[in-house]
Amino acid sequence: MLFGFEWDLSSPLAFAVSILPMLLTGMWVTIQAAVLGFALALVLGLVWAVLKAAPLRIIAWPAAVVTEFLRDTPLLVQLFFLYYVLPEYGIVLPAFMTGALALGLQYSAYTAEVYRAGLQAVPRGQHEAALALNLTPARKFTHIVVPQAIPRIVPAMGNYLVSIMKDVPVLSVVTVLEMLNVARIIGDRTFDYLIPLSMVGAIYLVMTLIASAGVRALDTYLPKEGIPLK
Amino acid sequence: MSDPIIRFDNVVKRFGDHTVLDRLNFTVNRGEKVTIIGPSGSGKSTVLRILMTLEGIEGGVVHVGGEPLWHEADGVTPASEAHLRRKRAEMGMVFQQFNLFPHMTVLRNITEAPVRVLGLPKAEAKARAEELLELVGLTEHMAKFPHQLSGGQQQRVAIARALAMRPSILLFDEPTSALDPELVGEVLGVIRRLAEEHDLTMLLVTHEMRFAREVSDRVVFFDQGRIREEGAPEEIFTDPSEERTREFLKTTLEPSSP
Repeated sequence: MLFGFEWDLSSPLAFAVSILPMLLTGMWVTIQAAVLGFALALVLGLVWAVLKAAPLRIIAWPAAVVTEFLRDTPLLVQLFFLYYVLPEYGIVLPAFMTGALALGLQYSAYTAEVYRAGLQAVPRGQHEAALALNLTPARKFTHIVVPQAIPRIVPAMGNYLVSIMKDVPVLSVVTVLEMLNVARIIGDRTFDYLIPLSMVGAIYLVMTLIASAGVRALDTYLPKEGIPLK
Repeated sequence: MSDPIIRFDNVVKRFGDHTVLDRLNFTVNRGEKVTIIGPSGSGKSTVLRILMTLEGIEGGVVHVGGEPLWHEADGVTPASEAHLRRKRAEMGMVFQQFNLFPHMTVLRNITEAPVRVLGLPKAEAKARAEELLELVGLTEHMAKFPHQLSGGQQQRVAIARALAMRPSILLFDEPTSALDPELVGEVLGVIRRLAEEHDLTMLLVTHEMRFAREVSDRVVFFDQGRIREEGAPEEIFTDPSEERTREFLKTTLEPSSP
């Protein structure tokens, strides 16, 4: 029994049907972790990108070091660090929150690069025209630069959303009951790994296909009339 | 002719080791149409870019409308952002690459700054834009995006956009250099009309010598960061006194020579 559901070992099909609710419970955790981590990565990445673009080196440099560190060390190391080291300093987060934080932190280093590339792709002439027209820097950013950067950013961000979903199983090592962990527990208790693991693979495929289609739809729907994307 | 709206006093501009403007002294009077010609790298465009505050200066003082541009009124303290904004408002600029906002319609390109910067009501900004589009002959393209227009049309929109801010000085930075030859005429036509019908002060950097000769009150020949020669167009084009000017004009009048 898991999450209040019983498995039925009478036939492979019955087994598959009976464990589906358990896996879907795990899937829901996977989705929550991915979405939370991605949201954090989107916000924090923008912060990094802005800091790294700062004219002052004492601001830009530490941001560059932190993002380099986040990008070049394994997710698992960062996760262990947050899970085992933070509590020593009195910061105790639930395993799920720790996992989402680790995902968000690592991916913020990637999204920072996407933002940077997207913002830099807006030609200098656009900045000059905005200045010549006396638009304020804030107005320039929100109405001239960002609308032209977004269509360049969305496809790359979509790839990271799919990628972050596929990294969620790493959280199982700190006891988060995401989908893969659920499947492993089912396998441990029933000695049948083939069916639960195959189902995890299939569910993952469906999830990532849906996420990709969603990103593509967003990309198609976005107003990008006239913005040269190449 | 003693009311300079633009005045460069000993202005020095350097990019690294390269001195672009070497103690430049230069004035433009109110309402005057002045064309700057000269070989590339002679600092022609830099003059416009300094005026539009796209580039700073390393020495000297620039006056616009009787006030220092890069300094506060005392001529010493570096200009605050508020001071620069106020001075910028007196000028409009037309760029070589048009620099229209690609994600905005033609109408929005023209109304954006009047609404956001001047605080004009939308209806009024639209009326102003329509008037200007009529001036540049593009009324029927109001709802289009820049990429749907030809280069010449885009540049005409850019001229309308600059005019919508009601500047007293209009700066043209090689406005036809990025255009296909067959589109140059329509843009020059608009500039010519502006020159003839408006009391705008116009400062134009161009390689279109015949045009310069026709519309300018005065032609200035730049060479190596300084003014080598200046005078009435007839003078400069028919009887330049400097050998360097003569050489330059010879190369530009024979465009086929490499």
